[in-house]
Amino acid sequence: MKPKVLVVRTAGTNCDKESAFAFETAGADVNLRHINYLKKTRDFSGYNIICLPGGFSYGDDLGSGKILALEIVMRLKEALREFIGRGGLIIGICNGFQVLVKTGILPDLDFTQKVTLTFNDSMRFEDRWVNMSVSSESIWLKGLPEKIQLPIAHGEGKFYSSQDILAEIEKNGQVALRYISEDSCDVIYPYNPNGSINNIAGITDKTGRVLGLMPHPERFVLKHHSPFWQKADVVPFGKIFFENAVNYFK
Amino acid sequence: MIWRIDIYNKKKSSCPKIVSQVKDLGISKSFEVFQHLAYYLDCGLSKDDIEIIASKLLVDPIVQDYRISQRFFESRPSENQIIITYNPGVCDPIALSLKNAIKELNLTIQQGRTARVYEFSGLTSGEIKNIAPRVLFNPLIEHILDYEKVKDVVTLDEFSGRDYKFELVNVDILNASDTELVRISEQGCLSLSLDEMKVIRDYFKDLKRNPTDCELETIATLWSEHCGHKTFRGHITYKEKDTKGNVLKTEEITNLLKTTVMRATNEIAHKDCVSVFHDNSGIVKFDDKNNICFKVETHNHPSSLEPYGGASTGIGGVIRDILGTGGVAKPFASVDVFCFSPWNISYDDLPHGLLHPRRVIKGVTRGVRDYGNRMGIPTVAGAVLFDDRFLGNPLVYCGTLGIMPKEKSFKDPKVGDLVFVCGAKTGRDGIHGATFSSKELDEQTVALTSAVQIGNPIEEKKVMEALLRARDKDLINAITDCGAGGLSSAATELGEEHGIEVDLDKVPLKYRGLNYTEIWISESQERMVFFSSKEQVSELKEIFDEEDVELTAIGKVTGNKKLILNFNGNKVCDLDMDFIFRMPVSDKKAIWVDKDKVNPEFIELNDYSSAVTDILARPNIACKDWVVREYDHEVQAGSVIKPMQGISKIAIADASVVRPDLKSEKAVVIGMGINPYYSDVDPYWMAAASIEESLRNVVASGGRMDKTYILDNFCWGSPQDEEVLGTLVRAAKACYDFSVYYGVPFISGKDSLYNEYMVKGKHISIPGTLLISAMSVVDSWAKTMTADFKSAGDLVYVIGITKKELGSSEYYRMLQIIGADVPKVDIKTSKNILLKTSELIDKGIINACHDVSDGGLASALAEMSIGGDMGANIDLNNLAFEQGMCDGEKLFSESQSRFVVTVNPENCKKLERVINGIDFSCIGETTKDKRLNIKGSAGKIIVELDAAEMRSAWMKTFDNFR
Repeated sequence: MKPKVLVVRTAGTNCDKESAFAFETAGADVNLRHINYLKKTRDFSGYNIICLPGGFSYGDDLGSGKILALEIVMRLKEALREFIGRGGLIIGICNGFQVLVKTGILPDLDFTQKVTLTFNDSMRFEDRWVNMSVSSESIWLKGLPEKIQLPIAHGEGKFYSSQDILAEIEKNGQVALRYISEDSCDVIYPYNPNGSINNIAGITDKTGRVLGLMPHPERFVLKHHSPFWQKADVVPFGKIFFENAVNYFK
Repeated sequence: MIWRIDIYNKKKSSCPKIVSQVKDLGISKSFEVFQHLAYYLDCGLSKDDIEIIASKLLVDPIVQDYRISQRFFESRPSENQIIITYNPGVCDPIALSLKNAIKELNLTIQQGRTARVYEFSGLTSGEIKNIAPRVLFNPLIEHILDYEKVKDVVTLDEFSGRDYKFELVNVDILNASDTELVRISEQGCLSLSLDEMKVIRDYFKDLKRNPTDCELETIATLWSEHCGHKTFRGHITYKEKDTKGNVLKTEEITNLLKTTVMRATNEIAHKDCVSVFHDNSGIVKFDDKNNICFKVETHNHPSSLEPYGGASTGIGGVIRDILGTGGVAKPFASVDVFCFSPWNISYDDLPHGLLHPRRVIKGVTRGVRDYGNRMGIPTVAGAVLFDDRFLGNPLVYCGTLGIMPKEKSFKDPKVGDLVFVCGAKTGRDGIHGATFSSKELDEQTVALTSAVQIGNPIEEKKVMEALLRARDKDLINAITDCGAGGLSSAATELGEEHGIEVDLDKVPLKYRGLNYTEIWISESQERMVFFSSKEQVSELKEIFDEEDVELTAIGKVTGNKKLILNFNGNKVCDLDMDFIFRMPVSDKKAIWVDKDKVNPEFIELNDYSSAVTDILARPNIACKDWVVREYDHEVQAGSVIKPMQGISKIAIADASVVRPDLKSEKAVVIGMGINPYYSDVDPYWMAAASIEESLRNVVASGGRMDKTYILDNFCWGSPQDEEVLGTLVRAAKACYDFSVYYGVPFISGKDSLYNEYMVKGKHISIPGTLLISAMSVVDSWAKTMTADFKSAGDLVYVIGITKKELGSSEYYRMLQIIGADVPKVDIKTSKNILLKTSELIDKGIINACHDVSDGGLASALAEMSIGGDMGANIDLNNLAFEQGMCDGEKLFSESQSRFVVTVNPENCKKLERVINGIDFSCIGETTKDKRLNIKGSAGKIIVELDAAEMRSAWMKTFDNFR
């Protein structure tokens, strides 16, 4: 049986179709659903995996991911609790990550916002490829090498929290991905593209089943997505994320 | 009641970007400025409710705090604080999102508004007032809240008490003299000539009645330069004179478009052209299932007044063109080309009334960024050019490509269909003239405000998703977008074949008080018009409701070939479609006078290293990563060659390559050609070079000539000036000649005329600027190519011959010379060179390919070296060149039909076999040591640069923009 994936979309979601493509290529059965539909059904029982893709939900008009996060908290909290409770996987990419932290699903699945993703230090949207280290046991990250590359494309990706919360996240091994530099120079801009504290690019909950990340794994599932595929052999690192999730349910 | 919610950052910090902009104004003392957002809510909610809205919706509790108060100001603000908000009637997208989101909390507000609060420390209130309109806001769309005026205001509704009472307006033209006809046209801002007014008068004489204001407006819109392309479709008497003033030839041109650009397409009769010069964009075959389409538009005048709004509505408009092509196409890539003034002009030298180029550059690039990124369409290719003459009239070209199932390529309007409008509500946006009467507002401001608009990308994104779903369920018979002229041109053009009847009172409005004509001609953004059958209404409604898009039936397709408009049961327009689309032919004169031009003596240098770095630092050539990276060029995951790529991640691409459908191996190569500078010598060769450059870019990236299609976008000065029109005719003739020569058809195009402005009583016209946009369909994405050096030890070849052609070149312009010998395209060799270069890529023989254009061979080699983070040893003695050239000329000549390619020595023979018969030369090899060394004719090294030096020269120019 193919695992069932729900890709949630709403006004301003951009990366729904390529995220669906990435899951399909990895062997999943994918449904794309508008939040207005889900608000009526309030039911995730047929799904193994939920994906909150990238984009600018509601234009990010009141802050990135804010309005969609509010809708989820107001209408879908119980359905999500049930889904998480029975071991479902969740991935939030870019805008989806912003939604996961603003609903408070990350870091602790308790629907209380403890961390945030705010404006890049450069105060600009930027699309660039970044290097990251993989530093968690999350099932989403199995088989990835220590160092990977993925593209980012965001204006509000600076991970920020109080020192206490940060220490907690670090202690629990919840940091999934960290921006690193080339060679061994300091991890300053543009290696850390947004000023995230502790160079955090992505985090998980304590179980590792819920992953939020700013970079776009769905933009590196084919060889030609690499900026230098014409020069060197490349491994599409993004593909591995989706394969991990699908294989988990096989 | 008005509640105010201020949102602060917990960590207060000054805005360095505003400080540096203020310093540019000549204020040298040190100061700080703090910015935060404020929301105003007009509602009957309690303070507890407002607390809920603020805490749950508006604040990011980790980094922000909020403060609640009442009215616009709680008390008189201190002198170092100003609050900036939109003018009445200007779209405030955030306020619209806010109003909807609040419903999620089971609360409602009547209206919302956003404002920016600035607090200065260290500046006087006089200084703040002085710098604010120059740095912080644009008076055309925003204003500073005036405490005295708003302190007692308790509602955000600026339109209360301004309800519209219907009154039919007739315009007396039956009894009007010629002078009165001209006055009627001028006073109504109709831009109709006397001859046109007479044709209208005769039409109404036959009807034995006067027209309504609405009828006149409709005719004026459809006969406008913008919609009707009077100059390109009109009659032109064209003369050519030699340098001594002797007439060489006289020609009567009946229709410039049909005798040049369209004629070429007709003669080529390309089998893969599906719909050309007919729909909102040109459509060609992609594969057995899908067709693709491409359109490029300009938005120059709005961008000169309000760069951010003008550019964002420019990209928004061209995206709607794609949505309105055939039976809805899906946009998959966008392109943009900007022409700006250099930004080093001091504020003191800036002519009155013009925005500083720095502001224009930032506003335009951000406008395209914020709209394009939110639409989820990758912006993949473009160019940024600089010339003084763009100071008061920047050029903003925006283009979009789309894909659709091949059976959705044509419109099929049917009698009995309903006419729908969907998307945004209609307001006074873009209505010419100040019909908006308001005592509180400065008349002039209002008049100008209505000409400038702000886009709301999220609305258009929703419209796009709803339309694509409706298309896939076969619910749409015919569709077009509301652009210039709003409903008046969209609904009329769509109804041309059968006739339509529309009830204007059914059109959803943003606010009260619009009269029937305003509703009809409003240019409010983010609206589309389409026809569907009655039976499909409920299915349509279901989709549009789920996507939160307003959908309204406003009329029907009648079959009587008339345009009938009603307002609350009163007929306000009754015109024959035949008359509306029978635009009178205009008469114009054009003249081309060849001018005496001289070539300066070339001053040969001993060492060109610093000349090369100077060229790399020129704004036209310097690295544009600051634009490219602000655009999401990877969304939709189709990118094969990105605008910046390579191991260095800053290797520039000649063209971008995108897969519009991940289920197909096919890809689309997109390249541009533009060089307004050559117009200063001869617009004919400018056009030829622009066409060839677009083809070179496409070919260098793997495109194939037999599957390449081009678009023309002419931006010119006033066609009323005979000499200006003469240059336009000359460029159009080159378009015909070279399109036919290459067998590459034009599939769409657009002209923007009257690009001129006044400075101190003097007319300044932009240089005649032709943008050629090319797209090519390739069978496999894997057979594409990039320009950066790949591996050390590869041999470097130049294909094509280098001639003494430096007229209007980047190097000459650096020395402030124009010269005479503008590069010409040689029809004996050009096509063959392009075809053979394609073959090299197709056969996998070469490792890199870069076309030679601005800055010549020197900049091409430097770019390949920077991109590959690798060096090369080059010997100019081996270069194939025209006799009598010195080293500097060889380095910087901009001769056409040249490529630099690299090849593994093992493949040399194969390469030479393919390009046998055309001029080529092997000029050196790539090296590991990251140095570019070029040996001159005396056997001496004349350029010696390491990659880091070149890179830093190439990067530093735009440091202030990063």
